[in-house]
Amino acid sequence: MPQARIAGVGLTEFGEHPSRTGRDLFAEAATHAIDDANVDRRRIDHLYFANFMGADTERQGHQAPLMAEAAGLNCSATRVESACASGGLAVRHAVQAIRRGRTDVALVGGMERMNNVSTASATESLSKAADAFWEVRQGMTFPGAYALMARAYFDEHGGTREDLAEIAVKNHSNALNNEYAHYQQEITVDDVLDAPMIADPLGLYDSSAITDGAACLILVSDDYVNHPNTPDIHAPIAITGTGHSVDQIALHSRDTLWKTPAAVSASAQAYNDANTPPGDIDIAEVHDCFTIAEAIALESLGLYDHGEGIHAATNDETTKHGTLPVNLSGGLKAKGHPVAASGVSQLCELTRLLTDRHPNSEYVPDDASALAHNAGGTVASCLVHILEHVDQ
Amino acid sequence: MTSQNTPDDGYDDFLDALSVDDETAQYVECSNGHGSLPPRRVCPVCGSTSLSDKPLPNTGTVVTYTTIHAPTPDFDADAPYTVIIADVGPLKLTAIYDGDRQDVSIGMDISLTVKNTETTGDRALYAQPV
Repeated sequence: MPQARIAGVGLTEFGEHPSRTGRDLFAEAATHAIDDANVDRRRIDHLYFANFMGADTERQGHQAPLMAEAAGLNCSATRVESACASGGLAVRHAVQAIRRGRTDVALVGGMERMNNVSTASATESLSKAADAFWEVRQGMTFPGAYALMARAYFDEHGGTREDLAEIAVKNHSNALNNEYAHYQQEITVDDVLDAPMIADPLGLYDSSAITDGAACLILVSDDYVNHPNTPDIHAPIAITGTGHSVDQIALHSRDTLWKTPAAVSASAQAYNDANTPPGDIDIAEVHDCFTIAEAIALESLGLYDHGEGIHAATNDETTKHGTLPVNLSGGLKAKGHPVAASGVSQLCELTRLLTDRHPNSEYVPDDASALAHNAGGTVASCLVHILEHVDQ
Repeated sequence: MTSQNTPDDGYDDFLDALSVDDETAQYVECSNGHGSLPPRRVCPVCGSTSLSDKPLPNTGTVVTYTTIHAPTPDFDADAPYTVIIADVGPLKLTAIYDGDRQDVSIGMDISLTVKNTETTGDRALYAQPV
């Protein structure tokens, strides 16, 4: 079975670019990825494009051909949508196409434009990832949903707003030197605790930003890399594991509100696929749309026991100097969360981290194994990917 | 928000029943005893297609709660408002808390009701302290 390799990565700066169109953001990231991979854009077999709320924010549907056009591709194109997990799902589709031998060169990209509408409108668009009848009509928002999870977690395990704040402080610290990050500024625990409340116990600094941006990957088959006609293609990182699972969409349908079974299942698939157990993971990018989400993710991924994930940052275990650095990119919290781009951005950042091309690469061990966890809704969708150096 | 002029079968039937004193809102139970909110043709837990409507208890307990300060436009005039997840026995559901938010706590008893939101006047599921 062919293996999917990462031949190139491309990112726009994440931040507030309210007047930049989605097609322009995407074309920039795609061009960076194509240049980085050193492939002829006419050689790309298929575009897997992730976008969540473009029909709201730009009143633009039918984005797959539009983005193929924007990137100058002459191939077929598919739009993938699974809320904030759209990017990870686009990656998975490309990996599967390569493994089936149908595709040699794929462009995988995600783009979201969010700051051309008000915060309230963006909050409304995001809420469409929840159950429109049984949640949203009762006023549920996503900060609200994660706040419900946080309070249920605190009730079961203890934990404090200070513990959550340490996660935000860590991720801001990691983003400090990341030239692509939305927020390149340090914050303190007091900053987090003193920020306006969004949905208690979560305040403004417990929440990821509303971010514009795009991220792209060129994925290639190992057959393509090893072909005598492609001596200029270098792809030292392979996607060795992929996992995908879904759950009932409404948070209230879960047996236990502080657990995310879709992440347990998706990660089990990915660990098995890669033949890499959780204990072998050296660094991770997890879907920290809110601080509590990072704590719950670490537990669902089998990296921490239940009730322990919330203390990982406080105990300096998941900081850049810790035994398991988490969100060295800054995460969704500080690098930013252009929602459908985030799942692709995680793999861009891990590739840079693993190949000594990232400001935080010094904190990554040689031959590290890396994990990306990308979630949609209250983890009603979950994608997990494992990235490893290719055996030479 | 979606126009309320056209009812959404299942959700609006549930609210209709809850709005009338001598009626009881119905949930869906499968042959294996899994409860879910309507409309359903298949049990989301086990895939059973042997489903029946059952009366849902009107009372339950608070499992978790939050007060939302950053609303969507449809809840602008309602904010801040408190959302709870309540366990009513056969299932859990999401409701707006209709009481003094300082008093809400996990484990407290509530009863379900229907009210109109302040911002849009649309109906929604509310929970009142018992």
